[in-house]
Amino acid sequence: MRITAKSLKTKLSGRTVLHGIDVDVAPGAVVGLLGPNGAGKSTLLRALAGQISSEGVVGLGDRSLDALSLAERGRLVAYLPQDRTIGWPLSVEKVVGLGRLPWRAFGKGLSPEDLAICRAAMEETDVAHLAARPATELSGGEQARVLAARAIAQDTPVLLADEPASGLDPAHQMTMMAAFRRLASGKRRAILVSLHDLTLAARWCDRIVMLKDGRVAAEGTPEETMTAETLRDVFGITAWIDRDDCGLVLAPTGLAGSP
Amino acid sequence: MSPSRLSSLLIVLILLLFAGSLLIGPAALGPLDGLKGLFAGGEEAAVIIMREVRLPRALLGLIVGFSLGICGAALQGFLRNPLAEPGLIGVSATASLGAVLIFYSGLAGASMLALPAGALAGALVAVLVILAIAAGNTTTLTLILAGVALSSLSGALTSLALNLSPNPFASYEIIFWLLGSIKDRSMVHVWLSLPLMAAGWALILSSSRALDALTFGEATAASLGTNLPRARLSIVCGVALAVGAGTAVTGAIGFIGLVVPHLIRPLTDRMPSSLLIPSGLGGAALLLAADIAARIVVPARELNVGVLTALIGAPFFLWLVARSRREAT
Repeated sequence: MRITAKSLKTKLSGRTVLHGIDVDVAPGAVVGLLGPNGAGKSTLLRALAGQISSEGVVGLGDRSLDALSLAERGRLVAYLPQDRTIGWPLSVEKVVGLGRLPWRAFGKGLSPEDLAICRAAMEETDVAHLAARPATELSGGEQARVLAARAIAQDTPVLLADEPASGLDPAHQMTMMAAFRRLASGKRRAILVSLHDLTLAARWCDRIVMLKDGRVAAEGTPEETMTAETLRDVFGITAWIDRDDCGLVLAPTGLAGSP
Repeated sequence: MSPSRLSSLLIVLILLLFAGSLLIGPAALGPLDGLKGLFAGGEEAAVIIMREVRLPRALLGLIVGFSLGICGAALQGFLRNPLAEPGLIGVSATASLGAVLIFYSGLAGASMLALPAGALAGALVAVLVILAIAAGNTTTLTLILAGVALSSLSGALTSLALNLSPNPFASYEIIFWLLGSIKDRSMVHVWLSLPLMAAGWALILSSSRALDALTFGEATAASLGTNLPRARLSIVCGVALAVGAGTAVTGAIGFIGLVVPHLIRPLTDRMPSSLLIPSGLGGAALLLAADIAARIVVPARELNVGVLTALIGAPFFLWLVARSRREAT
């Protein structure tokens, strides 16, 4: 299912954060959302998830997000916020199981099918071996992977993830991105994921959307968007850019002088 | 422990304590005579003691305890704060104020229903204020702060009523009532409060999924299809009904709603929804036990159960705070 935004404008306590944004994430695509702090990445993800009201239209397939009930949204769009709260010492299994809430009838427990989906989600983010541990006792990176598994277990055609890779070790950053690619493959899901690691974004995302000051500064394939010019204009950095067999390699080398 | 096993154990415990509550009291009445008086009739004194004194007392212990326990569990889950308790949204304090105003105005003598009616009116005011605040798209923190403000204001007005009280006897009545007790209540009090409490329990149980989803904070809960404004309303109204109706007939009984969820939580899978009913059952057991203890600790002068629960509950609360500080560092 395709998720689109047309001229999305959002105000947060009177200040305009998004100035008319167009985004289009097709099924099968993993789209990376890049931009400096305060560019509006999280706000855009929240607006797409229907968490904050905004002007403009968010479309899910051929329907508008506004026309969907909360329960329907829960079965169509999973949202993984940056806030990694786990309020109670639930076991990892239980945390991931809560991802099945939108699919469960009132008062019903998890079906064998639900449990299989949760198990698969835990394997995607490499937390299956932690299943019985209280989630609150895990390290920050492990908790992040557990919460990502929770969002994956929601099994929705659209997944919006806000910095899912931050705080993860390099191997698990790539595990996470590989999981997103697998989940998107065969046009099963449309995935929009905000990232700060440029190389991670360049190598694992099909397309990149770069935000700056609440506007789309660049949009396209990693090759098209991650150029010395855009990195200077959007992030104010110089970078060493190279490529190998699998894609781009980017390393920030310094701060660009003020123009 | 599986949820059904935990609940069964708690029900057995409640049955024992309920029987104990019926059979223990200042009147010299043997267990057999007591049971005969309760079920079969017989000697008039035994019938009156059992049916009009001890039975309402035990039933109130059961339903008020259940309300306090389930409300404590619901509020802790809802606020993701293990230190939350039913009095937090201001309902207990305003209900107490309503009752105190009835004493103060001298209406208490007019009818035995005047007092609970005043307390319910007080609880209703708290609910309306909280609802007016919750209706605007507010956060949970605003709700807590509004509850704290409401409690302080009601406390201040209660003190004012005590201060201006026309005669010492009225002050004594007010203070005695504020201490909280389930003694000397009648079946009328049970029938008055039970439907309101049951409605509150139903509202709380209907929000159990929202409580689970809120484990991850409000943003994730909403993305899981939770209608947060509705869940907020259900929980606030449910707690107000259950605790307001309880305070209306018993006065303020503190700390049960705070302590019980902590005692029960380690026995569950720690999911907020699976804590609700066991916590209610645990609250009923604890209030029945505290009420029995209030009768036998100082036999010559019966304690008010609210004093006893506060004496046990406040140190427990301190210990919780100390422990959560240790965990935070």
